[in-house]
Order: sequence, then C-alpha cells, then structure tokens
Amino acid sequence: MNAQTIEKLKILAESAKYDVSCSSSGTVRNNKKGGLGNTVGGMGICHSFAEDGRCISLLKIMLTNMCIYDCAYCVNRRSNDVPRATFAVSELVDITMEFYRRNYIEGLFLSSAVVRNPDYTMERMVAVIRNLRVEQRFNGYIHMKSIPGASRQLVQEAGLYADRMSVNIEIPNDNNLKMLAPEKNLASIYQPMKFIHQGVLENQEERQKYRHAPRFVPAGQSTQMIVGATSDSDKAILNLSSALYRRPSIRRVYYSGYVPVNTYDSRLPMLKQPPLVRENRLYQADWLMRFYNFRVNEIVNDTYPDLDLDVDPKLSWALRHPEAFPVDINSADYEMLLRVPGIGVKSATLIVASRRYGHLGAFQLKKMGIVMKKAQYFISCRELPVHTINELKPERVKAILTVGSGKKKIDENQLEIPFEK
Amino acid sequence: MTVFCYDKTFEGLLTCVFDAYLHKLFPDTLVGEGEPLPLFHDELYTCATDTQKADRVWKALGKKLSNDAMRELTIAWMADGYPKVDELLFRFIRKAVDAPKSIEVNFADQDVLALSRVYKQVSYERMRLVQFARFQKTADDIYFAPFEPQHNILPMAIEHFKDRFAGQKWIIYDVRRGYGYYYDLHTVEEITFTAEESEAILKKGFLADNLLAEDELLFQKMWQTYFKSIAIKERRNPRKHRQDMPVRYWKYLTEKRK
Ligand code: SF4
Repeated sequence: MNAQTIEKLKILAESAKYDVSCSSSGTVRNNKKGGLGNTVGGMGICHSFAEDGRCISLLKIMLTNMCIYDCAYCVNRRSNDVPRATFAVSELVDITMEFYRRNYIEGLFLSSAVVRNPDYTMERMVAVIRNLRVEQRFNGYIHMKSIPGASRQLVQEAGLYADRMSVNIEIPNDNNLKMLAPEKNLASIYQPMKFIHQGVLENQEERQKYRHAPRFVPAGQSTQMIVGATSDSDKAILNLSSALYRRPSIRRVYYSGYVPVNTYDSRLPMLKQPPLVRENRLYQADWLMRFYNFRVNEIVNDTYPDLDLDVDPKLSWALRHPEAFPVDINSADYEMLLRVPGIGVKSATLIVASRRYGHLGAFQLKKMGIVMKKAQYFISCRELPVHTINELKPERVKAILTVGSGKKKIDENQLEIPFEK
Repeated sequence: MTVFCYDKTFEGLLTCVFDAYLHKLFPDTLVGEGEPLPLFHDELYTCATDTQKADRVWKALGKKLSNDAMRELTIAWMADGYPKVDELLFRFIRKAVDAPKSIEVNFADQDVLALSRVYKQVSYERMRLVQFARFQKTADDIYFAPFEPQHNILPMAIEHFKDRFAGQKWIIYDVRRGYGYYYDLHTVEEITFTAEESEAILKKGFLADNLLAEDELLFQKMWQTYFKSIAIKERRNPRKHRQDMPVRYWKYLTEKRK
C-alpha cells in the first residue's frame, strides 16, 4: 500500500464511475463471531454523496480497466488512450477491509474490463470476493458484475459470495447493441442473467429442503440501460424493464443518461450534456410501475412512445385521464388516492389511516404533506372550491403547474425520486 | 399559567402526568430544575420523580397505544434538539389517556402529527450517524469516531455499531453532549472526556497526528481520492450534494477534510 496504490485507485474508480447502481439493499445478515460487518435490511446505507449528488454506498471499483473489447459508449474501450491499471487481488481486498472498518462504505461493488477472455476475468473477480468472504470473514455487502460469456460454473461460485449480481444490458435493442459493441449481443448478455436467475430459483428450492443451505445472490440481480446513446424510445426501454420485473430475481433496472465520453465516435449522437431530465422521468416511470401499480402501457404506448419531459409521468397520466378525477379524499380507495398528483405512498397511507376519525379538509391535507398546489385540481373534499381538472381543462392545469419551471430545470415539487434507492 | 418543574428525565415526565391527574392540575408549561421560570405564572408545582408513579402511567398508556406508538414516544424523547419536546409529549400522553380509542393514527390532530414528525426527525438523525460516522484508527488500535448530532441519538445506534464492528475496538463520541461509548471487544461502556482532554485529542474534528496508527493518513488520503474520482463531472449537482449530506456534518467527514 503506497502512493502507487492511490494512483491505481484513482484510475479504476474513474473507470467504474459510469455504472449507476450503487445500492446496497436487499439482504439482512448479522455479523458472525470473528467476522467483520453486517448488512441491514431495507434500502441499504449511503455513506457519502459524491459531488454529482449520487449516493456512495459501495466501493465501486474495477479490478482492471485493460479491455480487449471496444464498446463505443465506454471510456475503457480498447481503442482509447487512457491510463490503465490493474489491482492485485490482495490489494483490493485490503482496501475494501480498511474502508469498511472506518465506516466509509457498506461493501464492495466489483466490476472489471474483459482481459484475455471472459472466464479468466471472472476467475480473478471471484478470487477477490472469495478472499473477502472466506479468509477475511467479511459480512458486508458485495455486488459483483458478471462478465457476458463467463461460464455457468463461475457465475455459480460468485453467487455464493455475492449479495447481488448484475449484467448490464446497456442497449435495449440487439441491432443497436451490435452496432455499438461489436463483441456483444443481447444473447450473450441474457445468458449470465439466466444463469443467475436459475441459480436463485434452485437455491429457493434447496433452502426449502435444508434451511441452512447457503444463500445464492440473496439480493437478486440488477441491470442498467444507457439512455440517449441510441434512438430507442422510452416505450422500448420501459417495456423491457417491465418484462424484466416479471422475473422475480430482477430487483432493479437502472437508467443511465449517456455521458458523451467518446465524442470522436460518429456512431454516437453529439450531446452537449447527458439527458438528465429524461433519465429522471424514466426513474419516475419505473417507480410508478413498481410502487404505484401502473401498467407499462398506461405510461407509454403507441400514441405516447416517449415520456413528457415537462411533467412527471404520473401528472402526465392524470392530464390524459380527466375522467378519472376528481378523487374524493374521504372515500376513494387507496389505489385511486395513489393516482392523484401530489399524493405519494406516504400521504395516501396517512389519509386512509386518519379519515376514520372524521372528515379531512384542506387544512389537514396540507399538514400531512400533500402537495396541494398540485393535488387541488384532482381531488374533492368538503371545503375545496370546484376548480378541478374537469372545469379548467387539462391544458390549463398543465400550463399552471409548469409555469416558471422552464425546460432546463426539473420542477422540484414534482414526484421526487431519489437517485439511488 | 401553571408551571410544572421536574428533573427532565423521562420518568420525571411520566410522574408529572401522574401528579397532574391526581391533583387535577395541568401544566401549561414544563421547566427543568434550575431553569428560569416564565415571567408570568400563577402556580408552580414541583414534581418529584417517582418510578412507581411513572410505571403506572406507562402501563396505563400501554393499554391505550400500540407497541409501535410506545416506541415512538421513547424515541421522540431523545429529541433534545427540538424545543419543548417534553410539552409535546405531555400533551400527546394526555390526549392518549383521555381518548376512548387509540389516537395514534389520527394525523388530523396537530400533536399526533407533530409527534410523528419528531419521531421521524430523530430516527432520521440516528441514520445520519450510521451513515456519516467516520472512524480514525489510533496507534493503540481503537477506531475513534467523533460526532455532533442535534438530538441525543447515540444510544439508539450503539447496537448497530456493536454488531457491525464486533471485531474491532471503537469509540463513538458525542462532542456536543460530551459523552460517548467505548467498545473493548466485549462490552460497551459509557465514557466521558474532560474539556481539556477533548481539546488535546481533537484538532478541527480530527485526531491529532501523533495519536494515529501508522497507515491511518494513507487510508484517509485514499478515501479522499476515491471520493473525488467517483464523481462524474458532467453531472455535477451541488444542490443535491448538500441536501443529502448537510454541511453541518462535514466537520467530521474524512472526505471533506481540508
Ligand atoms: S467490455 Fe465494453 S463496456 Fe466493458 S469495459 Fe470493455 S469496452 Fe467497456
């Protein structure tokens, strides 16, 4: 450990930073005697926030960035002239342990460029997490990426040590993917995803028989799609997400606004800035599918293939469906309350709990944190004047609610999705 | 205006409730022993803490409220950074006792709502400790984390640290309240440093160099390097950065060390 290690850390963190996922959620594991660390349930812990506002939960790092592949959207592609570095297995193990002991991190998020061949790469990655779990008795969180093309055996072994595994789809369309990443195709990406999925299912069966059978990827798998590097519509992206969520082993789909790292490559669009608003809208839509019982075709469909950048997808749905409103706060069921712009999961729960004690009025609603500025057009309760979406017309409501929030800025009062959850 | 004076303990507060019902005299305000009294008061009642009375109030409350609500009450009590939290608790308890059925989810009631907010704030800050505590390794292998929470939340987080860092000696110290916990690989005990000791140990939030383990500064440097490298410049977002990691915690954050 010395100044050279610091230099490697710098290079390999910069190589890893475009991967969005950093969450440490999904596993509950207490420490064992003689071990270090635990994982807490729920959403995982962010130990810091980088200057781009993203949560730092795990030491997100590459084992090496010397890649034999040449993916157009990636800084580490073979044809780029960037500083290259490789960690020794023991080096990375030490850094992880020392960071963890100081409460800097929840654990490790290990990825790697492809060196020599997929199995060789994967073997070295597995060596790191095996060392952590077996020799160091590390009980913190481990997320490991699986290399497309790695053998089932290695995926299987990795799954015994990792809490979560992931394979990034990156581009939701096979032709576009092949164009940008000539060494990859969707089939090669789906294969390790399938290995993980099968492993999870087999493990569930096994654990029903033997309660103490070791767990396999207890926090499931995740994936990521790049947004804005190709012409793929939000409909294509969200339909794929929705299909993925139907598999129980898939816990999260991440969306990553394309950061133009290789501006010289003419296969990629010229962007001044990553499409952050669109990325945020995709997260909101994803959220609606997972927690608000929206079906994907209610959010995007042939008529509306792309999300509206001016308003969040929930408000957008409401504006397209004035016939569903106003919703009566004092009698509507929970599902319907959730559809009201300005009412979230928390406030809907509060409303349902409190209205048993008596009628709720605008004053109480405000106190409970309902965004009345928005909700007022979509609800009825006793003392509100009737200026709902039906009297005012959707266009007018949209105009009122987007006033002052120019195209550049995301309206802060709209459904806020934390970046990492 | 009726003033109750008590010893500012949770049992004391519960005793106040007991005495209030006993004498049918309810306080408009509560003050701690030795605290200045409000300018205009008609009646001053000094309440002597009595564990038996406190116990009876607690049991009676247990019949009116769910276990969760009872837990929320004890946790809200730790919100010493929140002005007059004891009066809020008193009002809440009184309402809970008087109401024919549990009031705990009647968020249309101001005090019920306020209490749930206080509870959230305190739990939130407990989480801040879990997130932002930074240990520095000392020459004698103790990992030391100073912290300055707004509320008195250390006791609620100790179990977490005890489980997670069972294999290393550590100290977590509340610099504002001047006490902390030391774990010696077996048990956790409360410790306090004198003001002079604190001063000698801590320089601007960090341990004096001569107290540090040999490689401590190297790992601090590594963490700072990592912190800088992991941010994507094209996505800089100072507003969100500060919102999620409020400036008041920066003093003890290694990655923010100047
Ligand atoms: S395989 Fe492609 S995406 Fe992965 S590191 Fe290599 S060039 Fe980058």
